[in-house]
Amino acid sequence: MRVPVSWLRTLVPDLTAAAGDIAAALVRAGLEVEQVHRVGHEISGVVVGEVLDIEELTGFKKPIRFCHVTTGTRVHDVVCGAVNFTAGDRVAFATPGAVLPGGFRIATRQTYGHTSDGMICSAAELGLSGDPSGILVLPSDSPLGTDVVELLALRDEVLDIAVTPDRGYQLSVRGVAREAATAFGVAFSDPGLAESASAGSDAFVVRVDAPEACDRYVARVVTGVDPAAQSPAWLQRRLTLAGMRPISLAVDVTNAVMLELGQPLHAFDLDALQGAIVVRRAATGERLVTLDGQDRALDRGDLLITDDSGPIALAGVMGGGPTEVTAATRSLLIESAHFAPRSIARTARRHKLPSEASRRYERGVDPALAAAAAEAAVRLLVELAGATAGPVTDVDTRPPQPVLALPVAAPGRLAGRAYEPQVVRRRLEDVGCTVAGDDPLEVTPPTWRPDLTGRAELIEEVLRLEGYDTIPVVLPTAPAGRGLTAEQRLRRVASRMLAAGGFVEVVLPPFVSPESLDALGGAMHPPRVLNPLSAQEALLRPTLLPGLLAAVARNVSRGLVDVAVYETGHVFVGPGGSAPTPGVEGPPTAAQRAALDGALPPQPRHVGVALAGGPASWDAALGALVELGAALGLSLRPRAVEAGPDLQPGPYHPGRSAELLLDGGRVGIAGELHPRVCVALGLPTRTCAGEANLDVLVSAAAAAGPQPAPVVSHFPPASVDVALVVGRDVPAAEVEAALREGAGELLEALHLFDVYTGAQTGEGRRSLAYTLRLRAGDRTLTDVEVLAARDAAITEAGRRTGAVLRS
Amino acid sequence: MSGPDLLAPEALERAREQALAAFIAAQSIEALAATRTAHIGDRSPVARARKAIGGLPGIEKADAGKRVNVAASAVQAAFEQRKQALELERDQRVLLEEAVDVTILPPRRRGARHPLTTISERVADVFVAMGWEVAEGPEVEHEWFNFDALNFGGDHPARELQDTLFVEPAGSGLVLRTHTSPVQVRSMLDRELPIYVICPGRVYRADALDATHSPVFAQVEGLCVDEGITMAHLRGTLDHLAAAMFGQGTVTRLRPNYFPFTEPSAEMDLQCFACRGASAQPGGEPCRVCSSEGWIEWGGCGMVNPAVLVACGIDPERYSGFAFGVGLDRTLMFRHDLHDIRDIYEGDLRFTSALGSEA
Repeated sequence: MRVPVSWLRTLVPDLTAAAGDIAAALVRAGLEVEQVHRVGHEISGVVVGEVLDIEELTGFKKPIRFCHVTTGTRVHDVVCGAVNFTAGDRVAFATPGAVLPGGFRIATRQTYGHTSDGMICSAAELGLSGDPSGILVLPSDSPLGTDVVELLALRDEVLDIAVTPDRGYQLSVRGVAREAATAFGVAFSDPGLAESASAGSDAFVVRVDAPEACDRYVARVVTGVDPAAQSPAWLQRRLTLAGMRPISLAVDVTNAVMLELGQPLHAFDLDALQGAIVVRRAATGERLVTLDGQDRALDRGDLLITDDSGPIALAGVMGGGPTEVTAATRSLLIESAHFAPRSIARTARRHKLPSEASRRYERGVDPALAAAAAEAAVRLLVELAGATAGPVTDVDTRPPQPVLALPVAAPGRLAGRAYEPQVVRRRLEDVGCTVAGDDPLEVTPPTWRPDLTGRAELIEEVLRLEGYDTIPVVLPTAPAGRGLTAEQRLRRVASRMLAAGGFVEVVLPPFVSPESLDALGGAMHPPRVLNPLSAQEALLRPTLLPGLLAAVARNVSRGLVDVAVYETGHVFVGPGGSAPTPGVEGPPTAAQRAALDGALPPQPRHVGVALAGGPASWDAALGALVELGAALGLSLRPRAVEAGPDLQPGPYHPGRSAELLLDGGRVGIAGELHPRVCVALGLPTRTCAGEANLDVLVSAAAAAGPQPAPVVSHFPPASVDVALVVGRDVPAAEVEAALREGAGELLEALHLFDVYTGAQTGEGRRSLAYTLRLRAGDRTLTDVEVLAARDAAITEAGRRTGAVLRS
Repeated sequence: MSGPDLLAPEALERAREQALAAFIAAQSIEALAATRTAHIGDRSPVARARKAIGGLPGIEKADAGKRVNVAASAVQAAFEQRKQALELERDQRVLLEEAVDVTILPPRRRGARHPLTTISERVADVFVAMGWEVAEGPEVEHEWFNFDALNFGGDHPARELQDTLFVEPAGSGLVLRTHTSPVQVRSMLDRELPIYVICPGRVYRADALDATHSPVFAQVEGLCVDEGITMAHLRGTLDHLAAAMFGQGTVTRLRPNYFPFTEPSAEMDLQCFACRGASAQPGGEPCRVCSSEGWIEWGGCGMVNPAVLVACGIDPERYSGFAFGVGLDRTLMFRHDLHDIRDIYEGDLRFTSALGSEA
């Protein structure tokens, strides 16, 4: 809402504060003044001049005039391209050195063979609306030499206010003026109280068939409108400053009344109406061509203004073409109605037709205003267009205003400070409430505040007008807390572990394209966003890989060679379901709650890594996740992925990737990407990646609880090396597991120190060399014991994997 | 020389002098070791003198023994001294030879955590330290949690304020949560009263990506529901958060505003942590951080609307509460003078590496 300060002052005559101070006071009261536009402040050097004589210059492509203009003190030579003036006219003359809006400076110059010593201004050049091809001719009694800025009141300030959905009254100069008057403690002259003429017997017939959506409909007949009458400069000026374009007198008048009072008006061409007006819901199949030329199919929920010809307007949203006021219109029917916010909101949304009217109706228009607003419009038309006021129709089925009980101490209780009872009462009266009783107060909210529906809303009015800055600052004392949950702590551990391991965390949007999932292979059916920002990326990620790999590609394309990134975040697996929306009069029942939660798609947290360039190796990717598991106290075991016959089971290289198992269950996968994936996604060759279900990992870790402490033996260890030859397809992990099992509890540590393939191992076989560190908790091991453990280990490895001791 | 000659004071003195001269002459640890046999070893004059003591008459033994001991210790001490000197010399030489260019460090990939992660943990820690707990919830939510329970009526224009991303199936009521407030609703439904929770998380709006808007951003919200909770408690909590994040004495201010889920509601401004408001005073130095406004818009807050308490099964006659929310991206942006929100979500590791070191 753009509110010219000059307009505001007409309703708050004693408001003398500067525009900036008014804005600050309104902000303090909760109005969101986004900007104070200063208008016309840069204009200088423009004075009233009189055209003395005119010489028409010839030989140019367009008409050019050479004139003499006097300012009363000096005569100037002026070249002018406009022709809408005659000698003797008073004009706005920019003297040399003058500055026009936009900082445009006027100087003496040579043009069309003459010196032009100044400029005769058009309305547009002064920042006013008007015909830009002609100059502005001033009234003949304008005193010569007078500053035009003063004469035309070109200087103003405009408050640009963002209006929150609950504060419809602020979409009017009236509403803002009331707040300003309260903020400065000065009187407010309410323009919404104009007395209306009473209904006559010959009043226009209006029937409301949908009283639940229209509890007030005022119709005023106006006849004898002079079609030639123009909006006066002050009216055009007000509209322009408020951000609306002047159109015609009738339209300008309805707009000006709407801006001042907040009541949307609609003017029908009375002669185009056929029979009585009926306000009703649309019937199936009905259509209406709205003022914007669109032929619209109407919905049964749409509220319509109709006559015998059918729909003539979408109530409160937009009028129809056939009954539109035109340049020839002489008789009007002015509609000033109150429509239910919800109905208007639905229609405006359904037809994607937000309008100045719908914006106001959605937020709530003062239902008491209808008659006064119509009266205000009629008076202007009588005054400015020579019209005759006709009879009034007022269909009024408004419910009485509710009375709210407010314990007088309630505002103080919620604020954390006390307010005197008379302060509470006065503040409620400031916003227009009628207050009776002592305690509780019996509060009748004003008709323009449909948002004041309960105790909390009334309390807010008291608190905001007294100032939030008068509320004390007290830190509440929470009961002793339990700290982070185990899962929350473990997630932090996992993240720190990866960062310490050289991975850089990225946070990526979860929107992915079907193509990026196809490139990764495998069938995934994640949920789709119905109104995506990008039609390409309409899916919610079922895996972190597309984002991570895109991040790798982006970093590489930006010249970074070695890239190692990680992300933790939700992925979205499988489609969601539907659940009916419960009411809000209480908590959902257990069944409703289960349905709500059951409708959500599974959305576990995953952790993913991706590496390219120097750090990229299948084992770095796999190792990162194994180490992450270890940091959480979990032992993740890799197992080669079973490759399909086409060696394309998924995004990974079938020979260089592994599933990660936790207690036999798959919790992740990592390794080198399939070469085809690297090509498809434009990644460096041998890019590696991995992903695990972080939720599963942290809940397993959290469930494990505290581990028993080991016996830390102080006896010396015995170290023994074992080299085994096994088939090449036997995973080292199996050999290792067998050695551990065979060596028994004396085995303290085991580590693979050599893998050898060559002539000595034989075809299809390889040698794995391990160091076993043996130790007992209660004695120094004897050679016999050491050898027995070693032999047992070898025997078990041989039994399970066919391993033989390398000779 | 016979035994008694060896024990003559002059002889011992000579042996000592010769030993000392030999030690001094030795220019290396090896050369010194080579002198050992001649001057300290079993065949050295002093050693032989000690053996000769046995051949002396009893009465002379004590005197001779004392002389030999004096000479022997002097020789031994001189040897040790010289040895130490030579070792020191060697060590110093070796240390010099072994000197390296300490500015060459082995290359190591340095990881980093994303600044949104660290700032979110930091806010959480401030509240956990006060006994609050961290609550979490799903990102694809049912609109009952995201809107209805928060007093957004079905056709309330406020629903339009938050451009919502809807999730299939169409008409299912599934949305990408537009704020972390549904976590507050879940907390009120699931937790025992009183409730003191902080809810950090990712939220979504149908905002096209540009320098100041992202369809994905991070928020942290707080909720307190207890008996006797007032707006003064809200102010106290916000000032505490401001001070914890931006330094002691940083305060907040509230401006009345509207949110469906709170009543009264307020916008929350943070006193500029850079100029502490000085730039907005007459004659103040201009401030880039707050554009010389003195305050920075930081978030929204208010007292929990009784309608929300009712929808969550809490008696509004007995309990009251406050809630607040701040944008973490926004906080990050003004804290680090970052002008393009896209940098946060692009995954460029130079961004994370530069800002992600904060614990």
